[in-house]
Amino acid sequence: MSKADTVFPEAEPAAIRFAAVSKSFGERARRHLVLNKVSFSVPKGKTTVIAGGSGQGKSVILKLILGLLKPDSGQVLVGGQDIVAMGYRALQEVRMLFGVLFQGAALFDSLTVFENIALPLRERTKFSNEEIRRQVAATLDQLELTGHEEKFPAQLSGGMKKRVGLARALQLAPKIVLFDEPTTGLDPVMTKEIYELFSQTQQRLGYTAVIVSHDIPQIFTLADQIILLNKGELDVFTEASQIPYSTQPNIREFARQVMGLEARGE
Amino acid sequence: MNQEQQHAPAVLRLAGKIGDQALYILTDLGRMGIFLYFSLLGLCRHPFRCKELIKQVGFIGAGSITVIFFTSLSSGMVLGLQGYYSLHKFGAEGMLGSAVALTLIMELGPVLTALMVAGRAGSAMCAEIGIMRISEQIDALECMAIDPFRYLISPKLLAALISVPLLTAVFDVVGIWGGYLAGVKLMGANSGAFFAGMQQSVTNHDLRLGVVKSFVFGLLLVWICTGRGYFVQKIRGAGFGAESVSMVTTQAVVMSSIAVLVFDVLLTAVLL
Repeated sequence: MSKADTVFPEAEPAAIRFAAVSKSFGERARRHLVLNKVSFSVPKGKTTVIAGGSGQGKSVILKLILGLLKPDSGQVLVGGQDIVAMGYRALQEVRMLFGVLFQGAALFDSLTVFENIALPLRERTKFSNEEIRRQVAATLDQLELTGHEEKFPAQLSGGMKKRVGLARALQLAPKIVLFDEPTTGLDPVMTKEIYELFSQTQQRLGYTAVIVSHDIPQIFTLADQIILLNKGELDVFTEASQIPYSTQPNIREFARQVMGLEARGE
Repeated sequence: MNQEQQHAPAVLRLAGKIGDQALYILTDLGRMGIFLYFSLLGLCRHPFRCKELIKQVGFIGAGSITVIFFTSLSSGMVLGLQGYYSLHKFGAEGMLGSAVALTLIMELGPVLTALMVAGRAGSAMCAEIGIMRISEQIDALECMAIDPFRYLISPKLLAALISVPLLTAVFDVVGIWGGYLAGVKLMGANSGAFFAGMQQSVTNHDLRLGVVKSFVFGLLLVWICTGRGYFVQKIRGAGFGAESVSMVTTQAVVMSSIAVLVFDVLLTAVLL
């Protein structure tokens, strides 16, 4: 049994589970509650979209999943294990399950495209230089980046940076890939291209995808599950058409204001 | 400030502010302590980045040679001129070599080298780490399960521990040469007396004090400069984005310079 199997047991149906998680920011007198006892599950092998307005805590959820932030209360379970109480080394093992595409791609600006993509292989595997070169070349080819290996991130367009970020995120064959606002700053053509790329790579690699986005309603076309956030409240849907029937008043208000959907079922 | 605090007497509000600031300083010190611990631990973690170490030795060490050369030459020459002027009054020009060498080896060499490196390389290291923090590059490292201390900080720390003592040695040699030029060649002090005095007065203990100081100052400046950059988003009043990096970089250079001067006094008092 590999380490990944131990951390990510087959029997556990949820890749990620939040149990009554609260998180607030700011100093005592000006504390701002972003997440108020939210609970949800992310099913394995599916695409979950987390949507909501700006400042509603979407990116906070991603940072909690990765253990970059600790919740004020509640549990964050990855593969059934609570990562909140985990020590540094155990958390490092769990992080090996993830690939992350950051909002600004977070490429290392002093490294070339090739070096950026090769970095996780150099640091986390015992591959030889030849094996690394071969694997990176294959990824560059799949993501149509061949010929750009020697460029630095500052020389790339927004869409290309996202593709390089995705290539880097997929190098260690992650079980879960987190996308933070993957289409921010891209034109509609590039956005469509990036969505197609997500679908293709997910079908090929079978990872669990969590996409945080405010590209509503286009992003819902990718979703097997939708999580909507508004003013600390959260609701989970399997289809976008269910959103107006939410039991949460803040979610219905969000649907009315942002998506132009009339609230129903009141 | 909440309503309850707004209506509290002024003295209580003041006590609250002092307490709040004290808690912030303690938290910050704790954070920096943990940062140093993990940076030192990173030196022992596999795989160590040898190429990055060489690059950093080049940046911190070789890249600082010019500024160190001119600072040491000027300091040595001023010491030679002023030393000759003062000693000549008592007919003690023969002590010039000893005065120049001891001042440079025990005091000016380590301190001025550290201040120059803090200004040149420390500010650059702080800005680099700060930009990596605000552009999520450090988060990206953590998400790839790559230890950012081992990857980013430890090579810089070791490079400074190698470079700063070597730069201090360069400073001492060039400074003594500058003192010789000014005192002997310009002012006419006796060349033999200059070197003989130096040879007689400088002991291993003096050299050791200079070396210990240069190691401590190298550690201090990299610790403070990289630490401020690493915690750029947690520093009170630093603002956001590019402004926060510029604020924190200035703060890092000021803090590391003050730390060097304070530790200089402490080390001199303890080791002399």
